[in-house]
Amino acid sequence: MNATLTIARLTWQELVRRRLVLTLLVLTVVVIGLTGWGFAKVPGLHQGGHRLTPGEARSVAAELLILVLFMFSFVLALTCAFLAAPALAGDLESGVALALLARPLRRGELLLGRWLGLALPAVLYTVAAVSLEFLVAWWATGYLPRQPAQAEAAMAVEGVVLLTLALGLSTRLATITSAVIAVVCFGAMWMGGIAGAFGTVFHNTAISTVGTVTHLLLPTDGMWRAATFAAEPRLFATAAAAHAGAGAFQAASGPAPWYLAYVGGWIVVVLGLAWLSLRSREP
Amino acid sequence: MTEAGSAASAHPPPGAHSAGPSPAIHTVALAKRYGSHPALAGLTMTVPRGEVFGFLGPNGAGKTTAVKLLLGLARPTGGEGLVLGAPVGDVGVRARIGYLPELFRYQGWMRAREVLGLHLRLAQVPRSSWAQATVDALTTVGLAARGDDRVQTFSKGMQQRLGLAVALLGRPELVVLDEPTSALDPVGRHDVRQVIRQLAARGTTVFLNSHLLTEVEQVCDRVAVVDRGRVVGEGSLASLLGGGAVRVRCTGVEPPALERLRAFGRATASDGWLVWQGLGAERVPELVRELVAEGARIYQVEASSTSLEERFLQLLSPP
Repeated sequence: MNATLTIARLTWQELVRRRLVLTLLVLTVVVIGLTGWGFAKVPGLHQGGHRLTPGEARSVAAELLILVLFMFSFVLALTCAFLAAPALAGDLESGVALALLARPLRRGELLLGRWLGLALPAVLYTVAAVSLEFLVAWWATGYLPRQPAQAEAAMAVEGVVLLTLALGLSTRLATITSAVIAVVCFGAMWMGGIAGAFGTVFHNTAISTVGTVTHLLLPTDGMWRAATFAAEPRLFATAAAAHAGAGAFQAASGPAPWYLAYVGGWIVVVLGLAWLSLRSREP
Repeated sequence: MTEAGSAASAHPPPGAHSAGPSPAIHTVALAKRYGSHPALAGLTMTVPRGEVFGFLGPNGAGKTTAVKLLLGLARPTGGEGLVLGAPVGDVGVRARIGYLPELFRYQGWMRAREVLGLHLRLAQVPRSSWAQATVDALTTVGLAARGDDRVQTFSKGMQQRLGLAVALLGRPELVVLDEPTSALDPVGRHDVRQVIRQLAARGTTVFLNSHLLTEVEQVCDRVAVVDRGRVVGEGSLASLLGGGAVRVRCTGVEPPALERLRAFGRATASDGWLVWQGLGAERVPELVRELVAEGARIYQVEASSTSLEERFLQLLSPP
C-alpha cells in the first residue's frame, strides 16, 4: 500500500508542478465569477414588458445552472481523459517506467497509485468547483438545486469513469490514441443518451435501447443524467417524465440503486482489465 | 557460464550453498521469445557474489532482454533463474538491487534530490537514512552541486550520472548497469569505473552490460559473451583471453623435436614461422632455450597477447 500511495503522491505532485492545478483553479474562479455575474442579472430580466416573477427567475436560474454544470462536466471529462492517458503510457513510452518498475513496485500498485492520484483530485475539484457554483447561483438568484451533494457526486463519478477508461487504454495504446478514444467515447455516449431519450418519448424500443446500452457500456452519460436529475427542480423532472424528456439537459428520474452499483462495478472491472493488460506489458 | 540446453535446474550450483549465500545471479536456459523471434535463446550462467561481471555482446545480442528478465521487467518464455536467491521476477528482492537502465529517463519536472527521494521510498530504505543516502549518492556521481536543479535542465550525461546515483541508493547487494557510460565523456567514463571499483571493494556484485570492451577489460573480474541470444564464451578475463600466442621464425627444427616440445602446446608451421597458440609471454625464454637445445637457429621471436576485442571478434565469428 505504501508503494501505491507513493505513486499517488507522485501523480499529485506532477499535477501541481506542471501548474495544472493552479491553471484549473484560476480558470474556474474566473468562469464562476462570470457565471455569477450572469446569474445576478436573472432576477432583473423582463419578459413581455413585465419583470420575471421570483418563481420564473428561479426557473431560468435552474436552466442556466444545468447548462453551466454541463460545461463543468465537459471540462472535467476532457481534463480527466487528457490527464489519465499519459499517466501510464507516457512513462512506458519515455522509459521512466523502467526505473520505477525495477523497484519493489507491483504493476497493480503503479496502476492503482496513478488512478488514486488522478481520481482524488478530480473528485475534490468537482466538489469544490460545483459547490462554489451552487453557492454563487444561490447568492445571486436564491435558487439552490434540490440535491446538490448528489449532483456533485454524480459529476465526480462521471469524471472518474472517464479517467478509468483512459488509464486502462493507456496500458496498451499510445498517449494521444488513448485520450482521443476516451473523448470520442464520451461524446458518443452523450449522443447515445440523447437518442435513448428520444426513443422513450416516441416509444421506439430500438432507439431507447441505444440509450440503455450506452449507459451500460460507458456510464458517463448515465452519471450526467443522474447529476441533471439531482440539480433540476422537481417541475423539470415531472415535465420530462410527462412529455419532454428528449434532451441532454433534463432527466425524468434519478439513477436506480442497481445502476449505481453497476457503475461501481464497472470501474472495478475496467481497473481489473487494465491491471491484466499492464501485467503483461513490457516497459 | 555455459550454453543453454543443460538439464540443470535453477538451484544454485554445487558448492554455492555450502560456501555461503547463494550466487548473485544463477540462470538455467532462461529464454525470451517474441513471436517466432528468439530474443534470448537460453541463458545459463552463474554470477558469484562480490564480482564485477561483464556481460558483452553486439547490438541485438539479447543483453538488455536478459537484464529485463533478471529484474522482472519482462517475463521469460522458458527456463528459470534466481537473483539474490529469489526467483526471477520476485518483487521483494528488487529492494536489494540497483539498476541503471540503458534508456535512462527520470521525471524532468522533479529536482534531482526528489528523484532520489522517490526511489528511496520505493526501495523501502529507512527514512532516517534518506538525507545521508541522497548526499552520498549525489556526491559519488559528481552531482552534489546540482541536487536542487530540475532534471529537465540536465544534459544527457548528467541524467546518466543521476541514473547511476539512483542505482546506488540503499547500498544494494547487486547493481545492474546497462551501458552505464553511453552518454558520458572520457572523464565521466573514468568516474564510472571508479564507482564500479568502489562497489566491488565493498563487496557489491556489479553486473555490467556493455559493448565497450576496453571498459569491461578494465573493471571486470569475469565476462560472458552473448551473441544472437546465446552465450558463446565465458569465464574469468584471464581464462577467456588465454595466454596469447608466441611466434618464432626459425630453421632446423624437425618433427621429432616438435614432439619433444609438446609441453608448450601444439605448434603450427606457417611461412617459416612456428606458432604456439595460448602460450604466455612469460614462457618465451624457456621455449627459446629448448628450441636452441634441439638445434634450432632462431631469427625472430614475437609474443603477442590477445585483447578482449580480438577474443570477442573470434567468438562472434566462429571458424
